[in-house]
Amino acid sequence: MPETAVRSASSVDQNRAEVRPWVGRSIERVEDAALLTGRGRFIDDLGTPPGTLHAAILRSPHAHADIVSVDAEAARRAPGVAAVLTGEQVKALTSSLVVGVKAPVECWPIAIDRVRYVGEPVAVVVATDRARAEDAIELINVEYRPRAAVVDPLAALAADAPVLHEGFPGNLASDRRFSYGNPDLAFGEAAHRFSIDIRYPRNSCTPIETYGVIASHDAAEDAYDILANFQGPFSIHTVISRALKVPGNRLRLRTPPASGGSFGVKQGVFPYIVLIGAASRAVGRPVKWIEDRLEHLTASVSATNRATTLSAAVAADGKILALDWDQVEDCGAHLRAPEPATLYRMHGNLTGAYDIRHVRVRNRVVVTNKTPTGLNRGFGGPQVYFALERLVQRIAIGLRLDPFDVIKRNLVPANAFPYRTATGALLDSGNYQEAIARGVEQGRLAELRTRRDEARAQGRLYGIGFTAVVEPSVSNMGYITTVLTAAERRKAGPKNGAQATATVTLDPVGSVTVHVASVPQGQGHRTVLSQVVADVFGLKPQDVRVNTEIDTTKDAWSIASGNYASRFAAAVAGTAKLAAERIAARLARVAASQLNVEPGDVVFGDGLVASKRNPENRIAFSRIAALSHWSPGSLPDDAGQTIRETVFWTPPELTAPDDEDRINSSLCHGFIFDFCGVEIDRTTFEVRIDRYVTMHDCGTILHPGMVNGQIRGGFAQALGAALYEEYAYAADGSFLTGTFADYLLPTTAEVPEPQIVHMETPSPFTPLGAKGVGEGNCMSTPVCIANAVADALRLADVTLPLVPAKLAALVRGPEPEPPAGQPKAAPAREGDRRLHGEGSASVNGAPEQVWTMLLDVGTLQAVIPGCQRVDKVSDTHFRADVTLGIGPVTGRYRADVQLFDLDPPRTVTLRGKAEGALGFGSAEGRITLEPDGKGGTRLHYAYDAAIGGKVASIGGRLLDGATRVIIGQFFAALARKAGGGGPASGFSLIALLGKLASLLGGRR
Amino acid sequence: MTRLGSDRRHPVRFKLNGKPVEAEAEPRTLLSDFLRQQIGATGTHVGCEHGVCGACTVIVDGMLTRSCLTLAVQADGCELQTVEGLAPSPDRLGILQQAFRRNHALQCGFCTAGILMSLDHYLRRHPMPSEADIRDLLSGHLCRCTGYTPIVKAALEAAAELATTSEEKSDA
Repeated sequence: MPETAVRSASSVDQNRAEVRPWVGRSIERVEDAALLTGRGRFIDDLGTPPGTLHAAILRSPHAHADIVSVDAEAARRAPGVAAVLTGEQVKALTSSLVVGVKAPVECWPIAIDRVRYVGEPVAVVVATDRARAEDAIELINVEYRPRAAVVDPLAALAADAPVLHEGFPGNLASDRRFSYGNPDLAFGEAAHRFSIDIRYPRNSCTPIETYGVIASHDAAEDAYDILANFQGPFSIHTVISRALKVPGNRLRLRTPPASGGSFGVKQGVFPYIVLIGAASRAVGRPVKWIEDRLEHLTASVSATNRATTLSAAVAADGKILALDWDQVEDCGAHLRAPEPATLYRMHGNLTGAYDIRHVRVRNRVVVTNKTPTGLNRGFGGPQVYFALERLVQRIAIGLRLDPFDVIKRNLVPANAFPYRTATGALLDSGNYQEAIARGVEQGRLAELRTRRDEARAQGRLYGIGFTAVVEPSVSNMGYITTVLTAAERRKAGPKNGAQATATVTLDPVGSVTVHVASVPQGQGHRTVLSQVVADVFGLKPQDVRVNTEIDTTKDAWSIASGNYASRFAAAVAGTAKLAAERIAARLARVAASQLNVEPGDVVFGDGLVASKRNPENRIAFSRIAALSHWSPGSLPDDAGQTIRETVFWTPPELTAPDDEDRINSSLCHGFIFDFCGVEIDRTTFEVRIDRYVTMHDCGTILHPGMVNGQIRGGFAQALGAALYEEYAYAADGSFLTGTFADYLLPTTAEVPEPQIVHMETPSPFTPLGAKGVGEGNCMSTPVCIANAVADALRLADVTLPLVPAKLAALVRGPEPEPPAGQPKAAPAREGDRRLHGEGSASVNGAPEQVWTMLLDVGTLQAVIPGCQRVDKVSDTHFRADVTLGIGPVTGRYRADVQLFDLDPPRTVTLRGKAEGALGFGSAEGRITLEPDGKGGTRLHYAYDAAIGGKVASIGGRLLDGATRVIIGQFFAALARKAGGGGPASGFSLIALLGKLASLLGGRR
Repeated sequence: MTRLGSDRRHPVRFKLNGKPVEAEAEPRTLLSDFLRQQIGATGTHVGCEHGVCGACTVIVDGMLTRSCLTLAVQADGCELQTVEGLAPSPDRLGILQQAFRRNHALQCGFCTAGILMSLDHYLRRHPMPSEADIRDLLSGHLCRCTGYTPIVKAALEAAAELATTSEEKSDA
């Protein structure tokens, strides 16, 4: 079967359209016309009910702090404000979100008494419009008592690490050990042992549309109606309804017709569904919230970062005998459902594409002061394969073998399918050797090796990387229970399977409607389903209308519903086929009675239902289809109605974990073999992809254009993960990449066209033979590029993202000291965004006059940029309210400045801190005044400041520039006030005060 | 220079895709929000609100403009083009839009409006672009679904077709 089914996905021959099935053709998408003309219906494009209010969220600037007090009185009195909800109010209206492991830990959608990551919601303002809600946010004063933060997963396990949750002692949420086969024996007897330590960074696929929620609570029935661009899995519906304290049938969760990308990320909207739902209940009106980009990057959700030590027992010929995984998964500040699923999604596939019979695993899950994690394209695959495939390259180097040969030596044999892995996955089908041979041939590996040799001969930095991975799809809803022990699982009850559903409806004129619970975010599900169902009924795709919106009160759905785990082609499309076939079987009986033939003689084609033997004996499909509506009495007695059929399909292969913790974590397993050639610029250390070849076997291809679209899209995101993207945190937990100017996504200038090679080995377990293909390159590409870069630079260790500065440091060593006499950068204090500088300015007026001005409340209020008011606490202690905008971040800050070491009118030291919703900081500066000999004053200043919070996330260049502008404004204003003069250098002392008072605020 | 009170709403009038529109805006209201929420032209999308992603790109008086970095009141008296004005009629797609559909140059379609506006603007002025030209132009747009190459291909195909069409037109 696999041999005959192996064919390449070539473009479509349109000539024989009438006899060829629609499935397998790259037809144009039904989705596109609306999207191309501005008529897509995304959540923020839809109307809201009259009286809808709008929410804005105040978020924590601290990574870890106690909330001492929240003063929201001014906000509550602000124009247009209906309510301000703090943790206390939300807690009264909801219950804690379910936590994925057994532990006495709560998880709320808003901070309760304590913040644990930068961006954690602290208060929700509900007002007549978004702008007024944001205005009111700035009027809320929160007093924090900062705690020490921990952002590194291994540091979080240290004995003296700050503890985030008392219920997770030592920040450890879970610690499980597994053993499959006899790893001790294998490691004891093997000729070689290789080991690698990996730090996989945080990143996200960042859909261009952010989260959106429109929630409405009906007090009369105590029921919620919530529209959100949620993507599933709908197991989360149970988490939401429980948190909102209503049974599932009182949570009507709906999705909009269009969603602007998700890649897993929009699973993470669910805490906001709870939060905005609670807000709606509090105000008795519908409430809408659309996340902004800063919120999204800072605090929506992230893939997990992971620290892994992977060891292999290896025979002399490169055959891997055993693996030993030690994984420490960092799920951020809260263990939100379905985490720690990222860690267990790959559990059945921990041996990748290789035949390795002995495996030892230790899986630890830790919490740190970072944004909680959730679904993200690849989901566990990038983390696992980065370790495994880097190790394969290490083994090859260690044994002086070609990495490609080590891959080949270890592949699962072609005749072994379905193949049960050591950890429990059942690899459904494949022929990895054949796939690799095709990839090598069509991707011209031999020629690529020649290119490398030539480049190296010319002294260029050129490397080749390889990867072979298994791409799992259609998750077993029971795999996450592998985190529990067998005894705990018995107590909790069985969890397994994955219900897919599809409904096919024939209306009174015989036109066909399909509904599925797959919640696409741009993948084109509606088009593919029209092809699948058209084939069953002998219709054209345009005769079949498909709806993919979800309404949990009216539609068929189950916990597995949604768009994740690359389940559409394998599970959902197949289930639609089954539903259509059930109706078709009944229609055949109806047609048989109308045509006076046997049901087995009936065929569907060209919009007709006909006798196979006598094609002239036929009737229009629509006539037969409509009969159930108009004349049920004409139906054969045993046919049943042909109006609507809903099928639920769950594959029997998805069994619960067994008592030895073996788990078939996914139904299908595609195969990917990638190789690439990269060149690294000797001067800039920019990585250029010379050629990238990606060979896919995803089973039967339903729509070649869309399959290639998934591969290209995943490849581009993986390229970003490999070379550019990281959700970066300072050691104090400040978030450093809050804009798209800091979190760099690849653009047209960086993304080359990968060479895609196909092979089709149908899955024996899915109705259409299809397997998932949506996530594979997010798993294979980062490590393939890393292997190539390691090859080019002869590096043993590479850590993503491979930004030029990192590569330069690896190759050249640390940055050399600047030549004597050059300004030297101050060493950065751990965990801060540092700002420091010195300069001077001239002001008309004698030092005595300037001195007086500096200490005068009225003058300060007039010259500090954005100053709202200055209060004099004492002669040497001031408090100020300042509003400042830096890049996209405008906010109000409360500054507290004290003067020390006063030597009037010559020198003064200022020390201060500032805090606002957007950030906090501290600064110290020294100002010296001296007469300039012309009746004026020369001011010298030097300052040293540290900032954190949202402001810190906007990037150093913006901050430096803004600092210059603000200081310049301060001096210009001071000079005006003093009557002439001006800043000598654009930087200045007083600016320091202005700056202090405003921007930089303080850390305690 | 006109001074606008920050606490008041001001009438804003401009031509949108050839038709006059009018609504009121606070001085701080962004053009992107004004188009979407006041005018109801929701085809222009907001992806980042800091001018990087390009999703909100529109044409103001012949200039490509990030509508998230433009105040609504700045557009008073201007001529604007948005994605809603690209198709020749409601039931037909233009040449560029057809090329996008043919090449699967969009998936979720959220970033697409801005990309179409940049390309429409560019191709009118540069009828014979190279791939490098298109890649350079589009480097100011972020797309997370497609991996870009289908977009580049669609743009080049549309350029070729537009060149042919305009020749035909000049013959006629």
